[in-house]
Amino acid sequence: MISRGRLFLYRLLFGLLLLALWELTSGRLIDPFWISSPSRVSVYLWQVISDGSIFGHLAITLYETFTGFFIGALAGISSGFVLARRETLAQILDPYIVAFNGIPRIALAPLFIIWFGIGPNSKVILVVIVVFFLTFFNTFSGVKGVDIELKNILRVMGASERQILFKVTIPSTIPWVTTGLKISVPYALVGAVVGEFIAASKGLGYLINYNTSLFSTTGALGGILVLALVVVLCNEVINRAEAYLLRWRPREEVRTERELF
Amino acid sequence: MAQLLTVEGISKEFNVRGKKVLALDSLALGMDHGEFVTVVGPSGCGKSTLLNLVVGLLPPSAGRIVFRGRAVNGINPEIGYVTQKDNLLPWRTLIENVELSLEIRGVEKSVRRRRAEELIDRVGLNGFEEHYPHELSGGMRQRANIIRTLIYDPELILMDEPFGPLDAQTRIVLQDQLLKLWSANRKTILFITHDLIEAITLADRVIVMTSRPGRVKHIAAVPIPRPRDVYQIHTSREFQEVYERLWRELRPEVIMTEV
Repeated sequence: MISRGRLFLYRLLFGLLLLALWELTSGRLIDPFWISSPSRVSVYLWQVISDGSIFGHLAITLYETFTGFFIGALAGISSGFVLARRETLAQILDPYIVAFNGIPRIALAPLFIIWFGIGPNSKVILVVIVVFFLTFFNTFSGVKGVDIELKNILRVMGASERQILFKVTIPSTIPWVTTGLKISVPYALVGAVVGEFIAASKGLGYLINYNTSLFSTTGALGGILVLALVVVLCNEVINRAEAYLLRWRPREEVRTERELF
Repeated sequence: MAQLLTVEGISKEFNVRGKKVLALDSLALGMDHGEFVTVVGPSGCGKSTLLNLVVGLLPPSAGRIVFRGRAVNGINPEIGYVTQKDNLLPWRTLIENVELSLEIRGVEKSVRRRRAEELIDRVGLNGFEEHYPHELSGGMRQRANIIRTLIYDPELILMDEPFGPLDAQTRIVLQDQLLKLWSANRKTILFITHDLIEAITLADRVIVMTSRPGRVKHIAAVPIPRPRDVYQIHTSREFQEVYERLWRELRPEVIMTEV
């Protein structure tokens, strides 16, 4: 196992290597008109940060992403729980859920703009739909997969159905729910940005699209870099939350050690 | 005095892929208060089914089970059940698992903590209270499984091959601990095993079951005085006698299952 400090160092070195390659290629092998360069992008980012213009876009995109994420996750998790415990209802709704889930989200984006306008609302709805299905399916399979023996053990101890729900079903579904939430975050961001691409007057997606239409690769790549940074930060936060919630689960190393000795 | 538990000619039929399979056939037995009874039988003879019926997880196809003078109908929380798989809740620490049943009964936190610590101490698990099940060995998990049932003091405790998955040394240590725990408060125990030595070591009476469909084939009292030394008991003459008698009954059943 590599130590944390070293890991960070190597990651940093790899990033610097990529930037160096980009800087060296730009202007020597490929015209900066097409690929800009790290120095140009840095200047651009410094400028939009110091005049504050980037923050408005960032705030809008984050607002759409997280509002949609919370509504979608709440709806997805609760529907997953309810349907997993209502066999008949789940069977009735099954083909509709499959059909609705099969529709590419991007096909819905223009419709949402017609219905909910070019403001943030249409993007929030798009994100809600994206996150709903991801969390729904995960929660549903999690509740379905609860170990019947564990439930029986509690029944034998005299537990009520409500106690079984809180002491067995919910905790054993948590790994599934966190997986659903974890994969939802980048998709939520993509949903918001795609919505902004189609029609918006603010947001990182709008900014990238606007710069591209002016043939400013520096502006477009600058926006994309900010987006990438947001994804990495969100992922870090989720990883920590997950590690805390699932501290009772064996980690990979522990498991292999057990098998060896 | 009336018996604590009587199983009155129960049968159990299962539907396996459209075919009816008879697991238990008019099985009858009775248990007195404070008795330690073991059941041996070939694998697949319906031993676990018997326990599931007694605790009320499954309804019998025929016959009835009477516990404290009342017919069992549905799950009976006065009966404890120690399963073969430890079935500890993986998201709870050892002590939280041991406290679980008292928590369900609404016992105050400080009281249940004290009871749990006491039992953890008795089986030598102290120092592991805050460990999660995956951090414990098989023997430790099975000890936890037993004391989390003992903690709520059920009148009758069913045990389904609790030491089955463990290695031979650990088994003997746990048999010793179980006998010590049992002699401290003399609860009634119905213990299933496929190991004849284990059955005799622990029991007041050993019941031999036939191969499927399971019936009671033979019942033998074990006239070895208590407290017993589980490490030495199998060398005694009484032990040998009981062992030979029971093995004569059990052998044809095991051979039938093999064929």
